[in-house]
Amino acid sequence: MRIARLLAVCWWFQLKQMTKAGLFVFTSIIEPLIFATLAYYLFKAGHRPGTLLYAALSAGLMGIWTSTLFGSGGAINFQRWQGVLEPLVASPPPYALILFPQTLAAASIGLYSLASTLVWGRVIFGIPLHFVHPVAFAISIVVTIVSLGVLGLVMGASFILYREANALSNMLEFPIWIVTGVIVPLSLLPGWIHPLSWILAPTWGYRAIHNAALGGNPWPGIGIALGLAAVYFVIGQAVVVAFERRARERATLSLV
Amino acid sequence: MSVAVRNRMSYGRDQRLRQTLRIFFHGGYFSYRALFNWQSPRFYVPTMLAGPAFQVLFFAYLGRYSHVRDDAFYVVGNAVQVSGMSGVFGVAITVGGERWTQTLAPLLATPANRMALFLGRALPHIVNGFIVSAFGFAIGRLLLDFHPGLGTIPELAVVVLLSTTTCTAFGLVVGALGLRWRDVFTIANPAYFLMLLFCGVNIPLSALPKWMQVVGSGMPLTHGIAAARRVAHGASLSSVDGLIGKEALIGLCYFAAAYVLLRVFEAEGRRRATLELV
Repeated sequence: MRIARLLAVCWWFQLKQMTKAGLFVFTSIIEPLIFATLAYYLFKAGHRPGTLLYAALSAGLMGIWTSTLFGSGGAINFQRWQGVLEPLVASPPPYALILFPQTLAAASIGLYSLASTLVWGRVIFGIPLHFVHPVAFAISIVVTIVSLGVLGLVMGASFILYREANALSNMLEFPIWIVTGVIVPLSLLPGWIHPLSWILAPTWGYRAIHNAALGGNPWPGIGIALGLAAVYFVIGQAVVVAFERRARERATLSLV
Repeated sequence: MSVAVRNRMSYGRDQRLRQTLRIFFHGGYFSYRALFNWQSPRFYVPTMLAGPAFQVLFFAYLGRYSHVRDDAFYVVGNAVQVSGMSGVFGVAITVGGERWTQTLAPLLATPANRMALFLGRALPHIVNGFIVSAFGFAIGRLLLDFHPGLGTIPELAVVVLLSTTTCTAFGLVVGALGLRWRDVFTIANPAYFLMLLFCGVNIPLSALPKWMQVVGSGMPLTHGIAAARRVAHGASLSSVDGLIGKEALIGLCYFAAAYVLLRVFEAEGRRRATLELV
């Protein structure tokens, strides 16, 4: 019960804090709208009108990854800059239980992206919002956000040791969009990329969301994304413990 | 006028010129050095080389999926646009970042020539933007279906250098706005990404609504990218002189706008005592 309360309070606090930050308003709303507009005109120019809902949906999903990336990657650095990383690490609960709700909040912020690109597509471009499996659509979004939050835990933990975390965040936005097939189908990518995409939970989450919205079976994607999220959680906890210990030994926790 | 007076005036002019050039080159160099993170390969390589390279790849594959244009279209468009990583973000941080480092007030308290002061800060970013852009082209050449003739490279370099310069002028405008609005990234982020949409980077301008074409034609890079695409296909520089002329003119307009904005916001910052607010 105490753990559930800790997770809920941290998640809610982080969500409120990020909602008020200009950077996250941009990455979760403005940037996805720019990409949604770009994808709309691109697919329209390529005479693929059937893919317009796909474009709006994909731009929103791209936004979920961007929010997760900058929120999770920056979570530890923000704490460093604010001078609260050391007290948080020294506090009684395991640090993984403090970091996880923060990365989950970063992924949750991505809901703004999805909502804004779908509303934008409907209002500005008149794209009909007809989802083939609405219940599965909602479930697949929740599962994708949780799996991204757990992936964010692994990523954020790795950044404990790497002070230029922002640089990695800047770099990782486009490659994950490519590898997870969020907007470009994996079949167009070189074969050697496929195994890499299979071990990424967002690949399966995105596939489930696309299938639930546009037609297809979303359940295998939901199941695999959940399974991978569980594996990530175990890895994330181990990584947090190992890296936290190393950072304590090297006295680099509070270095900015 | 006596010879002695004329010599004194000439000496004074020479000294002012030397000072201006020193502020332009040394000031620009040191302001770039002061971007301490950027000196580290651990920051520079992921942000300035890998990130833009992945942008080129992403849009090339998106282009293949959308069937709009070939790889060359996306490689040229994005390789030129990624110069904005330095031209927009770098300049915005350099100028707007003076506020965070609390050096803005002392800087503006000096009698230094403002034109030299701020244009000098743009110079290293033009060079850096050119390097970022060249790396984007190299990635396109190595990993995608983009094979311009060797003979086109010098002319392509001229167009890219011009485009990088106009993009940097645009970055100066963004940096100037950073003197007024305290968080420069709130302006720099949309400015960079809107270029992807409006400047014909990934969508042919003809496929956009009329009002977006009008906005795009007044943005930096739009004409430079169009010229670069033709040059990459083998056209000579003289055959794209109209596009080059427009790009240069737009760049000059942005430099002028940046200068005016910087002076206006400097005066306003002094009047409202907001130069040191972070």
